[in-house]
Amino acid sequence: MENASTKFEIDKLNLFYGSFQALIDIDMTIYTNKITALIGPSGCGKSTFIRTLNRMNDLILGVKTTGLVKFDEMDIYAVDYDVINLRKKVGMVFQKPNPFPKTIFENIVYGPKVHGEKNRDKLQEIVEKTLKEVALWEEVKDRLHKPALGLSGGQQQRLCIARCLAVEPEVILMDEPTSALDPVATSKIESLLEELVEKYTIVIVTHNMQQAGRVSDYTSFFLSGKVLETDKTEIIFSNPTNKKTEEYITGRFG
Amino acid sequence: MKAYEKIVEKLIIVCAIISTISVVLITVFIFRSGLPILMNYGVIDFIFGTNWSPTNGNYGILPLIAGTLSVTLGALIIGVPMGIASAIILSEILPGKVARVFKSAIELLAGIPSVVYGFFGLIVLVPAIRTFILPIVQLVVPKATTTGFSIFAGAIILAIMILPTIVSISENSIKAVPREFREASLALGANKMETIVRVIIPAAKSGIIASIILGMGRAIGETMAVILITGNMPKIPGGPLDSVATLTGTIAMEMGYADATHQQALFAVGIILFMIIMLLNAIAQISAHGLRGNN
Amino acid sequence: MIKKIKQGAFYGSIGLLAFLVMISLLSIMGYILFNGVGHINLEFLTKEPRSMGREGGIFSVIIGTLILTLFSVLIATPIGVAAAIFFTEYSAGKKWVGPIRFFTEILAGIPSIIFGLFGFAFFVIFLGLGWSILSGGLTLAIMILPTLIRATEESLKTVPMSYREGSLSLGATKLQTITRVIIPSCLPGILTGIILGVGRAIGETAAVMLTAGSNLRMPTSLLDSTRTMSVHLYTLASEGISLEKTFATASLLIIIVLIINTAANAITSKYIIKS
Repeated sequence: MENASTKFEIDKLNLFYGSFQALIDIDMTIYTNKITALIGPSGCGKSTFIRTLNRMNDLILGVKTTGLVKFDEMDIYAVDYDVINLRKKVGMVFQKPNPFPKTIFENIVYGPKVHGEKNRDKLQEIVEKTLKEVALWEEVKDRLHKPALGLSGGQQQRLCIARCLAVEPEVILMDEPTSALDPVATSKIESLLEELVEKYTIVIVTHNMQQAGRVSDYTSFFLSGKVLETDKTEIIFSNPTNKKTEEYITGRFG
Repeated sequence: MKAYEKIVEKLIIVCAIISTISVVLITVFIFRSGLPILMNYGVIDFIFGTNWSPTNGNYGILPLIAGTLSVTLGALIIGVPMGIASAIILSEILPGKVARVFKSAIELLAGIPSVVYGFFGLIVLVPAIRTFILPIVQLVVPKATTTGFSIFAGAIILAIMILPTIVSISENSIKAVPREFREASLALGANKMETIVRVIIPAAKSGIIASIILGMGRAIGETMAVILITGNMPKIPGGPLDSVATLTGTIAMEMGYADATHQQALFAVGIILFMIIMLLNAIAQISAHGLRGNN
Repeated sequence: MIKKIKQGAFYGSIGLLAFLVMISLLSIMGYILFNGVGHINLEFLTKEPRSMGREGGIFSVIIGTLILTLFSVLIATPIGVAAAIFFTEYSAGKKWVGPIRFFTEILAGIPSIIFGLFGFAFFVIFLGLGWSILSGGLTLAIMILPTLIRATEESLKTVPMSYREGSLSLGATKLQTITRVIIPSCLPGILTGIILGVGRAIGETAAVMLTAGSNLRMPTSLLDSTRTMSVHLYTLASEGISLEKTFATASLLIIIVLIINTAANAITSKYIIKS
């Protein structure tokens, strides 16, 4: 993991919901083609943080951010920064699978169509390619034009990942993507992550310590809106410098 | 792309404002058309004058106000108990499926055009009052007489017409009473009736009051049903079997043949009606907001 | 023992009152349909009225009703849907939304005769459109606007936040999200609103009488006066022209209302099952 190039560079990031400060002086580096896990107890700010990376917090009224979030060397909170383009490059997978009430096919081509792709053959190609990438093709190829909401929870989540891949992002943000899934579906997604990281940079929020340990290269520990420690995952899990981190990882609170 | 979105967003805002513009335009045009005569004739004389005979230049609308109020009051006396009873039955007593059937029946009542109610009143109620009710009344008051076109006929039809308003709003506020209230009352050994009367109705009180006020607004504003059955006699009524003219009925009846000053007077009647309705709506909104504050 | 009697009286009386409600509905509909359906025949539906409606059918009245209703719904639907979209999607954080919402509520409470007066003063006289389909249709459009806004808004509110997030996270703009995800998933609600609006427009009498007039002839342009079924029913009933035709017209109106309510219910229940 030597000399990995960086995708995100976060410097002194603060975020307020009205008068409540949810993130305090966050500094972090997110490396290209690595999996970075964000861990910490509920309400520690990790979900809020991941949503600053594609500016999804813009949707919430009264949110104010200060500090620097650089994506490919560009400050994404600069006034003239193109948010649409950012979200195209930084995809997101949510806690609960959220396919649109459309067919499987229409779900996947939604992104490309929104960005102007009209060619039917090309769209067909994208559907097949992305569904294969998330190992869903064999399961759904005969019912591409059936409602996506008819799939199981795990399949829906893989569909959402495929939908995200269809716009060819560079980064995939995952906000507890397996918390609503059963263990079998969870392990399918985890093994999927290992393949995806070859091509994409992944940031994943998780409640599940083992998951963080199993899949990630780097881990950040959040507590009360601050990042207490960031390091290579094996170091965080075997030899954390911060006492709180150790207590959390060994299950003494959280 | 950005510019296009901005334009569409502006258009959406314009659409949202159209309701407001409409209310403003309605107010402006009703007042513009009616205010001159109100000023010339004198507001007091207009509202408290007891003689409405536009052909002779007399524009006292007290008989019309009395007509509207008596029919409305009658409708409330008949309609409110029926409405509240239906709301209780719907939300507390009937099992889900039956309740749904009952509810869609009440929605159907709301969908029937008011002129159809008026026609039913004209063809069934008015003759029935003349032939069945009058003889009974005459047993007590031998001198009583009626054509059947009466406050009573109007009140019955309006009572049915305001039911959907009263039922749906009351039902919603009864349903909004927290389950814990019911459970607490039942756990203390109260039976279902006591729970309904002592706990649920008081807790839903402000919503029920709002429903009655809105129902009242509907009764006052209703035109086509009353026009066909109350007889349109602009006289201050002496009893429920008398004919009356209402504010709305008079406007609709006379607009077709009115000359310029008479038309202005009808617009002035519209102003009074408009203000009564606004006042009631404001009270209902305050009442409903009180409900939200309480829960 | 006393408690038993009290309870009996309580349940008895509210049961009786609710029973009365059902009886009222059934007797009104039953009586009119019983006396009227027999007179609805091909001639009634397809022939022009003769001698003020005493003879012949009500074809021109049906056409007048259709055109007027269609016109008002065509005008009101886009405005109503857009206004509902504004309230659910664009209003957050805007301070002036309060008054706008208040006036929308007020509009819903204005009685139809006031709309009639307004339409007469504004469209017929001030804008010089005369008694016409145009004046009547525009007045009706304003009248049914609150119905449309409310129905659309109710269904917009049921669209989960996660659909919006999903779409935006893929780089869709807000407008794309609205047109491609949000509106398609609440089409049934919008449709219900339109159907209810149609019902209100067809049933309206007072406002139409003062703005579209009551011309019995077949309209040939939007500037022609026309007579709707409700206005026709009123004229027949108040002038005692023909009991037979009056019952038939009233029955036709009730049948249309029944169809409209059934359609709205079917759409709503299908929608609820789906979501």
